[in-house]
Amino acid sequence: MNERYDVVAETIRIEGTRILATLIRTVGNVQLAEDAVQEAALAALGAWPVTGVPPEPRAWLTVTARRKAIDIIRREQARGTKERDGADLIELTKREVETEAVVQDDLLRLIFTCCHPSLSPPTRVALALRTLCGLSPAQIAGVLLTTEVATTKRLVRARQKIAAARIPYRVPAEAELPERLPAVCAVIHSLYTAGHAPTEGEAAYDVDLCAEAIRLAELLHSLLPDQPTPTAVLALLLLTEARRPARVDDAGEVVTLDLQDRSLWDQDLIGRGVALLNDSLERSARRADAYQLQAAIAAEHARVPSYTATDWREIVRLYDLLVEVSPSPAAELARVVAIAETGEVDTALKLLDEIPTSSRKYAVRGELLARRSRYAEAADELQQALDTAPPNHPERPHRERRRNYFRDRAKT
Amino acid sequence: MAQYLALTYTADVDWWAPEQAEELAEYRRFGVEFAEQVKASAVLHPTSTATVVRVEGARGGPVVTTDGPYAETKEALTGYYLIEAEDLEEAVRVAAGIPAAWGGAVEVRPVIAAK
Repeated sequence: MNERYDVVAETIRIEGTRILATLIRTVGNVQLAEDAVQEAALAALGAWPVTGVPPEPRAWLTVTARRKAIDIIRREQARGTKERDGADLIELTKREVETEAVVQDDLLRLIFTCCHPSLSPPTRVALALRTLCGLSPAQIAGVLLTTEVATTKRLVRARQKIAAARIPYRVPAEAELPERLPAVCAVIHSLYTAGHAPTEGEAAYDVDLCAEAIRLAELLHSLLPDQPTPTAVLALLLLTEARRPARVDDAGEVVTLDLQDRSLWDQDLIGRGVALLNDSLERSARRADAYQLQAAIAAEHARVPSYTATDWREIVRLYDLLVEVSPSPAAELARVVAIAETGEVDTALKLLDEIPTSSRKYAVRGELLARRSRYAEAADELQQALDTAPPNHPERPHRERRRNYFRDRAKT
Repeated sequence: MAQYLALTYTADVDWWAPEQAEELAEYRRFGVEFAEQVKASAVLHPTSTATVVRVEGARGGPVVTTDGPYAETKEALTGYYLIEAEDLEEAVRVAAGIPAAWGGAVEVRPVIAAK
């Protein structure tokens, strides 16, 4: 029963996004459309576990959501709060389900509206999780590390801004896409990163954010197959996801790249990721963007059978490009690690000084000092890494082991 | 159609000072280019001429006036345009033509439509 309920809930959540996308266009109001879809979902959740899922769940939900929308509009009119011209009411009494082409167009409208540049980045993420993934404010609060009240408030303000400032429900023109796509891709990428950061069991939320991010990346790529950036984002996510089974050991601890069991890497995902990356590179005339470069780095790791077989010069070359197009302390640290792996440990140690201090930087410096047999200093750096990281940091046990190991070596 | 108030935040200058003539001409060019969308506009005297009015307590209470706005700021409200546009994207396109957009910033706020 419980499992059956979960399947029903999942069907409703996925279908709900499609129905919502079209309904927002029809009624011209995000809040009203969301309420209608929510009521239809509740009706389905009440009925389906008993009656079984109807033969055409999409049609059932669509027609029910339209009816609920009519009810809400009538209630508003009875209260005299809103005036409407009735055209959308006629549209809502239709029995037929929209064609796939119409729904695809509406989904794109919804994606670009949620990720509109006039909304703040955290608001874009919250809206995407609410309207595109169908998550509850409580679930979104867990993802954004905030409270349910704050999330609800943020969503209410976002819908008010969309309505009052008239953020258009429209797919940008082809020429505008290069300007508008980065915001969309950043939302998807940040969702995946947020899902990737906590280890299993420690996650503060019950949602598989990585799966949601991949679902959105698949959707965006299927809607805009000719655009290189969404293609590269999907490639990057799949190539990262391929390593997921090896990232955590049986005890739930993070396994670093050098110690991962590569036979656990998902070769199907790697194959698809590499093909998508190649496709994306062929379609872009400009120099490689940050997603393409990160995907290329992941593909380079996936290509070789073991850590020791890694072509570190190629990895350094890719990081050089990445730091140039999209500088960040994380990318610069990864570049330094790659430089050390080519044998240039002293150069790497010198480069570290120019990177802003972080818990990860201490850990990297500790590992590099140990390569120069400076174990006492290495142990100190690992201790600093532990002191400056949050208590539930996924690499804490790993760093503790490394600190203890360096301390032992320092004594001998 | 919707209306937006585009508030210009720029250096707190005296627009009629001779050294502002060139920039003022740029504003005039903007006004001509977007004459269709701009429904009203105003430039303000510098904030040093401002008076802040407060009524103490409730309506009818003593009127207290103070000189200037709050504190010296690098960017001050120096003028506004009332823009008529189809949606936010058109309003942003128009606002991006106001010289304040590159010398300072333009805040675009939707105007509540009269019932």
